Amino acid sequence: MRRTTLLTIIYAIVIYTTAISCKEESHYAPERIKGEIIPVNQNSPTSEEITQAILPYKEAIQAEMDSVLAIAPASYTKKDGKLNTAVGNMMADAVYEMANPVFQKRTGYPFNAVLLNYGGIRSALNKGNITTRTAYELMPFENEVVVVELSGKQMRSLFEYLKGGSAHPIAGMEVQLSATGDLLRTQVQGQDIDDNETYFIATSDYLKNGGDHMTFFENPVSTLPLDYKIRNVLIDYFKKYDTIAPVRDNRFTRDSK
Amino acid sequence: MIRRTFIKQTAAATSLVGLGGLTMGMGVDTLSRKQKKHITILHTNDVHSHIEPFPSNDPKYANLGGAARRMGVITAVRKENPNTLLLDAGDIFQGTPYFNFYGGELEFKLMSMMGYDAATIGNHDFDNGIGGLAAQMPNASFELLTANYDFSNTIMDGLTKPYKVFVKDGVRIGVFGLGIKLSGLVNQNMFKETKYLDPLEMATDTVKTLRQKERCDLVICLSHLGYEYRNRDTISDIALAGKTEGIDLIIGGHTHTFLKKPTIVQNKNEKFVLVNQVGWGGINLGRVDFYLDDKNNLESSSLVLDI
Repeated sequence: MRRTTLLTIIYAIVIYTTAISCKEESHYAPERIKGEIIPVNQNSPTSEEITQAILPYKEAIQAEMDSVLAIAPASYTKKDGKLNTAVGNMMADAVYEMANPVFQKRTGYPFNAVLLNYGGIRSALNKGNITTRTAYELMPFENEVVVVELSGKQMRSLFEYLKGGSAHPIAGMEVQLSATGDLLRTQVQGQDIDDNETYFIATSDYLKNGGDHMTFFENPVSTLPLDYKIRNVLIDYFKKYDTIAPVRDNRFTRDSK
Repeated sequence: MIRRTFIKQTAAATSLVGLGGLTMGMGVDTLSRKQKKHITILHTNDVHSHIEPFPSNDPKYANLGGAARRMGVITAVRKENPNTLLLDAGDIFQGTPYFNFYGGELEFKLMSMMGYDAATIGNHDFDNGIGGLAAQMPNASFELLTANYDFSNTIMDGLTKPYKVFVKDGVRIGVFGLGIKLSGLVNQNMFKETKYLDPLEMATDTVKTLRQKERCDLVICLSHLGYEYRNRDTISDIALAGKTEGIDLIIGGHTHTFLKKPTIVQNKNEKFVLVNQVGWGGINLGRVDFYLDDKNNLESSSLVLDI
């Protein structure tokens, strides 16, 4: 009995003090703050529970990633050419070959050419087995193929951009620069640009949305996303051929003096 | 040995000495005057699906990071102080085949196992579209917080909160989230009808709610705005810290900034705000320890930063 009374009094005090405190914004304030960065490395303790949770996912991914899709007889890097490289040509050709049937199925006609970006070649194509992992290394991003319809005028801006001199991968078009870097010949499917024509160019959604300052893609006549990831284009391309042996060619050149 | 900087809000160094005696009090005094509190905040940002440590041939980060080790560190810190919050500032997704193959399932499951309390949304968390994010929500036992993405016309409607108040050892900790402007960064067909609201305005409103209505003792912002930009007009963590009041800590992301220690910024009222970011890929865990006392016991503006 006495005990209950005492408790009641204590409760009353607690409620009273809480009530007072409630009028304030908060009860506590920091008097000292300490900050540090903890590195996570070989010296960190490891959680077996997490390791076990990861394991089945890890094994499934490894099995899939390491399955051999094709063979590369040599190594091809994006540094093996000035204006076109074997690996870049392979990527643009793969988009041209694999994405065109998808586009044609929806529209009834093929697209004309492909433009990707040099910065988008994310690794070399190394000699030996080509696996799913190779496609992930070449194209780690989720970008998809999108076909944009450009006017003849916009095509001229596209070629002006290519004058910049980076080995942006192309297919279905040819660019020849003079020794001084001017545009000498710019063709799509072997034809000069007709200002009254429109051209269907397959590219990545990243570039279509202004990536790498490709502003000529900004206001296209029309746009058709294909819901086809560039990485999947590469995987399908590697599955289609036993050997992948791309070459540097004359699609994008500069005259020597 | 890390060199430490001690900074005080005022010169009231003696106030700290004076506080020591208070816990000695008995009876009614101990009831009205609360015990000192210790809250630990652990945080990550831009882990980008780096579930395993970086491979041994990685030119920059060989063998660093890894979820199993992160959990090991978290467990050790929790043993030291059970009053720990674990937070993430977004870009959980994208960067390894774990995401490409499983769409973020394992990332969310592991974060749930690690006992993350909350995370905010990064631009890459839309990489499988807003539907891809929504599809993984059943795997997240933590809160997804965003005060400036309006999801009402999207499939994410109702799956996030602007803020959450966590109570640890009687301390009320308000955590809210801020996301970066999506247009120009993410395809519109990915974020659909997500509306981006002004982060400064939403932060100001949310902090007001947390301080006044929710009576929070600490306010933490989980931000994916980015640390700082050359254009000072672009909203960033540093800009936000200086233009607001009532935030104690901004945990940032997006710019993959490796800070050696949290940055100290003065807010609108010349009070200190900490801004922290720990690089990316799960290479580091940020740790911020708050030692709190009853407001009535503290000299109005004495605060020691042991950074």
